[in-house]
Amino acid sequence: MKTNIILSGVGGQGILTIAAVLDTAALSENLFIKQSEVHGMSQRGGAVQSHVRISDKEIFSDLIPEGKADLILSVEPMELLRYMPFLNKYGWLVTDSHPFINTTNYPEKEDLFNQIKKHPYHVIVNATEVAKTIGNSKVANMVLLGAASAVIPLSENSVIDAIKKLFQHKSEKIISLNLQAFYEGKKIAKASTDFVVNK
Amino acid sequence: MKNLLLGNEALAQGSIDAGLSGVYAYPGTPSTEITEYIQRSKIAKELNIHTTWSVNEKTAMESALGMSYIGKRAMVVMKHVGLNVASDVFMNMAVSGVNGGLVVVVADDPSMHSSQNEQDSRFYGKFAMIPILEPSNQQEAYDIMHYAFDLSEELKLPVLLRMVTRLSHSRAGVEFKERRPQNDINLPFDTSRFALIPMNAKKQFDQLVNKKSILIEHSENSKLNNLKLSEDKDIGIIACGIAYNYVMENIGDDEAYYSVLKISQYPLPKNKIKKLYKHCDKILVVEDGYPVVEELLHNYFDDNDKIKGRLSGDLPRTGELNPNVVGNSLGIFQGNTRPIPEVVTARPPQLCEGCGHTDLFNTINELIPEIGNKNVFGDIGCYALGALPPLNTINTLIDMGASITMAKGATDAGMENAIAVIGDSTFTHSGMTGLLDAVFENSPITVIISDNSAIAMTGAQESSAVGRLYNICLGIGVHPDHLKRMVPLKKNHDENVELLRNELKYKGVSVIIAERACVRLSRDQKEDIKAKIASLS
Repeated sequence: MKTNIILSGVGGQGILTIAAVLDTAALSENLFIKQSEVHGMSQRGGAVQSHVRISDKEIFSDLIPEGKADLILSVEPMELLRYMPFLNKYGWLVTDSHPFINTTNYPEKEDLFNQIKKHPYHVIVNATEVAKTIGNSKVANMVLLGAASAVIPLSENSVIDAIKKLFQHKSEKIISLNLQAFYEGKKIAKASTDFVVNK
Repeated sequence: MKNLLLGNEALAQGSIDAGLSGVYAYPGTPSTEITEYIQRSKIAKELNIHTTWSVNEKTAMESALGMSYIGKRAMVVMKHVGLNVASDVFMNMAVSGVNGGLVVVVADDPSMHSSQNEQDSRFYGKFAMIPILEPSNQQEAYDIMHYAFDLSEELKLPVLLRMVTRLSHSRAGVEFKERRPQNDINLPFDTSRFALIPMNAKKQFDQLVNKKSILIEHSENSKLNNLKLSEDKDIGIIACGIAYNYVMENIGDDEAYYSVLKISQYPLPKNKIKKLYKHCDKILVVEDGYPVVEELLHNYFDDNDKIKGRLSGDLPRTGELNPNVVGNSLGIFQGNTRPIPEVVTARPPQLCEGCGHTDLFNTINELIPEIGNKNVFGDIGCYALGALPPLNTINTLIDMGASITMAKGATDAGMENAIAVIGDSTFTHSGMTGLLDAVFENSPITVIISDNSAIAMTGAQESSAVGRLYNICLGIGVHPDHLKRMVPLKKNHDENVELLRNELKYKGVSVIIAERACVRLSRDQKEDIKAKIASLS
């Protein structure tokens, strides 16, 4: 078993929190993990990505080869498409529909969605809106993690424990917000797709 | 459960567990997290390990050498271009040798994710004639520290440890070993080797040259340089450091069919390489960075057509390696991949919302119609983003401190209205000496120190300039009438434009300190800065 996940977004949008949950959960299941991330200049509002690899055997490359990602999980729709060369034939796309516009030539939202919908295995969630309804737009990343959880080879228990562990120094309220966001994302995705793919 | 660590953090923990007494460093991507990890470590605090940032890489390395001189284990950490700054002491401490173990950690940045070049530090190691270690993964980065310090003490030489961005900034589970205690103070038996007057230096240099055979012997016997010969003779792979991962990613299940020499210790193990060369019809050198090993192999053997790599075109000449380019060089089909849809546009990094640099650049831009558009000399830091649209303020960006000295050189040749823009920490790192050059000749330049009270680009570390800039400039000899302060805020725009216009008219050295704290500083950090400034005045 080897699962390759690309997390994408804009510097500061919290993709490393998603990565940390995945890493922690995978280690708790005694799986191998490699997770590369971007530090430095690009963190200033630029395009950032993290490669997460989870396996029951030793993992060599810190980078996912092109064409080998099973999932691209993006907190921003244009940033999802930037990593399309990495997606494998049956890979899943899960993204927030809410754009982060900090450039003058940001494309039309509909053009982005049309591109995403060309790929049969996609879930588009208005995670930012869902998070706001729950009580804090910051937990949009956990909504997305929940939405993608069906294609992530980690048990729900270990993911939940990882979220609790990561936020253990924060208030009870923040922990429960994040958990609620995760469950809500999961529910929404389940309603929109059955995640069944003929491989 | 294993510990989840970045390559940089694994290395840092390894150094603590190997008996480290002090780390000396100046922040620089991709090396910063090594020192930060030790600064945050409870054990390091209990053990009283020195962790405070140094003013630049040269002062850092000299301090580490001082710690080694009295017999303790010391580490100095920097990004690749930082080694240029420290190269004076680096080259000479190879001649003097060390006493306590001294490891020089340099993080290279192939593909220049956050750098001006992709220089390969292995050249420096070879130049200084010292051992180089190059871990391939996070566990190795941890384990290698014990070995690095032992080797340094055994050979009485500094050891260069080369990291690359991708290992520095990638996490994996890491297991820890038992911690070795720190060394006791133990001054060198004979201090003359540290006093490099020519008569001593000649003796030491001969000794260094003569050590080469011992270094090669260590490399030949090192577990880090593992040769595996298979029956198949088509191709022999030399995989250096992290490149080993990309090779293994591709040959994975068919590993048994390939002959592979993994290199993580230099100088190169010549005999192992000869064995592989004789055994195989073709040699593929896979190395991240410059074609250092490939070039050396050309000197070893007559049949250069047999040697493939970045020079032969089998791998790209520039940029970091990845599993796909390495797979291609091995002739392994990489599959068809989708293109990036055309609708996707670039998203370059930019200054944070509310950043003082932006208001400073708006002030300068207002004057560009009056002063011309090619006279702004920039420097290394977040404000380098002022070279990009929409600001387009900065024309040059070369190395730490070059803004002031390039502006001086340009005015020496007749440029008018030259402006140097430099950050507070870059100024104390390498700008002060250049300012003295300018003061000495009263060069007609206007230096703007954009003071955000932090080493911002690398994550808002503490700047040694805090609370000291005004007095430093005064002490260097800037005339008090032309040593000004401004607060780069929108509401002060007109007043700031006027201030800059007036200083540009002055035909001598002006310094304007533009003071506004980095937006990335936490409330606690801002309080610390206030307290620091109060304690200095």
